[in-house]
Amino acid sequence: MNKLFLKIFTLTIGFSFLYFPILTLIAYSFNDNKRVMVWKGFSFRWYKELFHNEQILEAFYTSLKIASLSATFATVMGVMIGFSLTRISKIPARPFFIFLSSSPLVMPEIILGLSLLLFFISSNHIIGFPSSKGQLTVLISHITFSVAFVAVIIQSRLSSYDKNIEEAAQDLGTIPNMIFWKVTAPVILPAILSGWLLAFTLSLDDLVVASFTSGPGANTLPIVVFSKVRLGLSPEVNALSAIIMLIVILAAISIYLINRSNIKK
Amino acid sequence: MIKNLKKQNFWFVFTPYLWLVLFFFVPLALIFKISISVSEWGMPPYRDLFSLSENGLEINSTLGNYLFIFSDPFYIRSYLNSLSLAFTSTVLCLLIGYPIAFYVAKSKTSIRNILLIMLIIPFWSSFLLRVYAWKVLLQGSGIINSILIHIGLISEPISMLHNHYAVILGVVYTYLPFMILPLYGYLVKFDLNLIDASNDLGAKPLNTFVKVILPLSLPGIVAGSMLVFIPVVGEYIIPEMLGGSDKLYFGKIIWDEFFVNRDWPIASALAMSGIVILVFPIIIFQLMYAKYNFKNE
Repeated sequence: MNKLFLKIFTLTIGFSFLYFPILTLIAYSFNDNKRVMVWKGFSFRWYKELFHNEQILEAFYTSLKIASLSATFATVMGVMIGFSLTRISKIPARPFFIFLSSSPLVMPEIILGLSLLLFFISSNHIIGFPSSKGQLTVLISHITFSVAFVAVIIQSRLSSYDKNIEEAAQDLGTIPNMIFWKVTAPVILPAILSGWLLAFTLSLDDLVVASFTSGPGANTLPIVVFSKVRLGLSPEVNALSAIIMLIVILAAISIYLINRSNIKK
Repeated sequence: MIKNLKKQNFWFVFTPYLWLVLFFFVPLALIFKISISVSEWGMPPYRDLFSLSENGLEINSTLGNYLFIFSDPFYIRSYLNSLSLAFTSTVLCLLIGYPIAFYVAKSKTSIRNILLIMLIIPFWSSFLLRVYAWKVLLQGSGIINSILIHIGLISEPISMLHNHYAVILGVVYTYLPFMILPLYGYLVKFDLNLIDASNDLGAKPLNTFVKVILPLSLPGIVAGSMLVFIPVVGEYIIPEMLGGSDKLYFGKIIWDEFFVNRDWPIASALAMSGIVILVFPIIIFQLMYAKYNFKNE
């Protein structure tokens, strides 16, 4: 009985710590007061203002666009890296390739952001490209750090499944391209999907690298939110948090339900 | 294994290869180049490494930027602050996260899946907004102060924001899921019968934990610690939102040198030193860990 008590106690404290700040923020998003922490009454006022805030809406759209493009490119290249490193033996300077594909994982984002910004400025000086900092430079930067994460996921999936299937397909006379599309790709599809999702959230969540590499007209959502809350509080950001939490919770519950029905089958 | 690098495979390998060389390796090399350049007024604000003049080829290279950084206790202290923040918060995340991961992993399957979803939700939700939530909570007029006043512990609001304790709290809170999820991944695979076996053989609970459970979850501890330690060393957002001027951190110093002081060579030298100071301990650690694993096998 003592053990059960300890377990329930630990889990209650632990999950309260994880959820208390988020839930408080959601509760105060319904507060009809400009001073965030002084309760005046229940209202949807900040949600209305949020949906009329051009700057936030535009940044949200920019972020979604960059995140989906970045995730798609990063997934394609991540699959290429994962496949190359586990299936193709002759790659020139292979250790260098491994170094390149894994070190963005341990590189602090502030250094990554600084190096990319300096690179874009120099390349603009030398060849005139990119002509200015903007959505393109943020996109390139996001692809660059997301590739490494996708590659790790794909690699671990590829190295854990039976290569004999591919060899069997080869023995049966299938050409290498076909082997990839008809045999390998379907097997690693779940890894491809989770890689895409991870790359999508990494891009959507990134503030530091985007701050370095963005320019006029390329404000992503985190950049706008950060500028609003860096020095003070913002009731509109409370409303935004509540909406994001709602989306995440709905997504999590639907994945849970899909998993459960799959297991039952 | 596809033996030959045929033409059709060429672009398959080289597209990502070239991308990473161009957008990861070249920018790093560029930081190194700028870090040994002499700063000057103008655009770009540093002198070219090589220049042709009447005296022939001139090399304008200097180690001055590095000497400057390492002779100024201000910069050294910021590195140490960042390392100690990363170390403290990794240890705290481990101490808080381990029991949670352990009990979630030991729950019945039906409850376990729900708890797992509850662990993933904060992991997915916006990092910036979770830091902001603490800024709201810790305000002078915030809910924690109100509760403390209500129960009579304090008589007027105390300032809990803008100090390094708030930074540690923010880091532990935002990075806790990164610690719990890998720990859970190893603990859930763990055979509970081993605990019973150890108990049946007469081991005390503490002994069972230290000799059986802990060694078997070590890979999870290492993975979780890496996921916390590495990003926290360069953390910029949390010190900027919750921290004050009592302790400065490496991420913010680079940011300020670049954006505020516009000193590219110093910012680059700070970044290069950061790579050396950060990457070296990690490589040494991984080598030691690999050796340890090798010995135990």
